[in-house]
Amino acid sequence: MPLACGLCDKQAILKRPKTGDALCKECFFLAFEEEVHQTITDASLFIKGETVAIGASGGKDSTVLAYVMKILNERYDYNLNLVLLSIDEGITGYRDDSLESVKRNEIQYGLPLKIVSYEELYGWTMDAIVKQIGLKNNCTFCGVFRRQALDRGALMLKVDKIVTGHNADDVAETVIMNVLRGDIGRLRRCTAITTGTDGALPRCKPFKYTYEKEIVMYAYFRKLDYFSTECIYSPNAYRGFARAYIKDLEKIRPSAIIDIIHSGESLSVKKEVKMPVQGVCVRCGYISSNTVCKACIMLEGLNKGLPRLGIGKTHKERLKMAEQIGEKEDSSINSQNLKSCVSDHFRPKSNSTSFEKNQLDSFWVQISQSGQSCCKSNTVGCSCQRSVVCKDVTAGIQSSVEQQKINSSVIDF
Amino acid sequence: MSIPITLEFSGGAELLFDRQKRHDIDLPKQENPWRIQELLPWIRDNILKERPELFMQGNTVRPGILVLVNDTDWELMGELEYNLQPNDRIIFISTLHGG
Ligand SMILES: [Zn+2]
Ligand SMILES: [Zn+2]
Ligand SMILES: [Zn+2]
Repeated sequence: MPLACGLCDKQAILKRPKTGDALCKECFFLAFEEEVHQTITDASLFIKGETVAIGASGGKDSTVLAYVMKILNERYDYNLNLVLLSIDEGITGYRDDSLESVKRNEIQYGLPLKIVSYEELYGWTMDAIVKQIGLKNNCTFCGVFRRQALDRGALMLKVDKIVTGHNADDVAETVIMNVLRGDIGRLRRCTAITTGTDGALPRCKPFKYTYEKEIVMYAYFRKLDYFSTECIYSPNAYRGFARAYIKDLEKIRPSAIIDIIHSGESLSVKKEVKMPVQGVCVRCGYISSNTVCKACIMLEGLNKGLPRLGIGKTHKERLKMAEQIGEKEDSSINSQNLKSCVSDHFRPKSNSTSFEKNQLDSFWVQISQSGQSCCKSNTVGCSCQRSVVCKDVTAGIQSSVEQQKINSSVIDF
Repeated sequence: MSIPITLEFSGGAELLFDRQKRHDIDLPKQENPWRIQELLPWIRDNILKERPELFMQGNTVRPGILVLVNDTDWELMGELEYNLQPNDRIIFISTLHGG
């Protein structure tokens, strides 16, 4: 009863969701690997000699990614220096097993492995966080901290790029979620195969067009060793619904996943639409559309014994934080609305990029926090209360541009 | 005569079955041939331990669970219509768990 392979005369083992082709094991392996190679070369993802960190969770996607990157690197002479990078969130019994599976990959694939812990990065393990905040909101923490952890770990390793195992299903799901949330900024960014250009550490998705079904089948037939579990801290229900929706669509029409990605890619946003401005967090230097990034707000809350800080509605939480952290940051958070010598001296030119505008903005916050003084421009009613020295202003802007170099992308996955 | 078959759950699907991955079972004799269509509710009613909605949706597996019949994608084997044979090996792999 089984069909013959569409490419040779062996017995087919799977129906490809993207094309509907029935292929034998060997032809499937080759087609799978060659498509990833095609994606990598079409988008010129790598340059010879680069050091590339593979974000390795021990799960199916990153395990298959590590294996395929290793094969392609050899087959096509990418000449990349590959390393595995894992994050240990500090969840007892959860990461223990998956880190074991990453450690086996280290040996099986002969790739060096670096494990970075939440404790090193944030001073808090996930278990300790859950003890503070209870089970209900931990996924907010998990998600926000996890997003930054890989970038921070990669910076420690001094790599040139990060690759992650995000697949076509993940990208389609994120497109849908951003549509549902009306998040135009993320909607525009989320289909990009590489994010975090602009001086930040680039992050790429070689599996952007690869179906989850094929990744799982590939792992199964290659007998790759991966670990699967539910996060013991409850899953994100909203994302879960988006996922189920994507899978239901795929069942009816398998091309739906690629179609959604293509829709996301071809979306254009009218010039008049105000896009959220990306700046950097004044505390940690990580890219953030707010003065203080969400991770820093949450850490502040944890460290002050106010763990709910950063969980609620954005405006509320920031106001609350301003209250808690004190007047200085309070005024800084509203800095956009204040008149200041800084904005006077360094008023963004009409052709300034949003990045430059944000540098000014976040720099202004640094000044007001550090209590430096001025004010030469005699701005009437200046919010710095005449306490900022312009020389320092200039130096400060340079240093925050320097700082930008170590920043990384934020994309909501 | 009953039909002996082997079931395997992986990729996280085993979590619904007390973490037991392999189950050797005997399907009781019935007049009509056993198809996967009848196997699924049998699994749900006899060996599934929790959250049936994560295993089945309507009369089929929940989308996102891959099914293999003797190491071949069930989409090439007639899916629900496939007639089970003695000593068949049916594998359920969840794609919905941590990647
Ligand atoms: Zn073939
Ligand atoms: Zn921050
Ligand atoms: Zn001033």
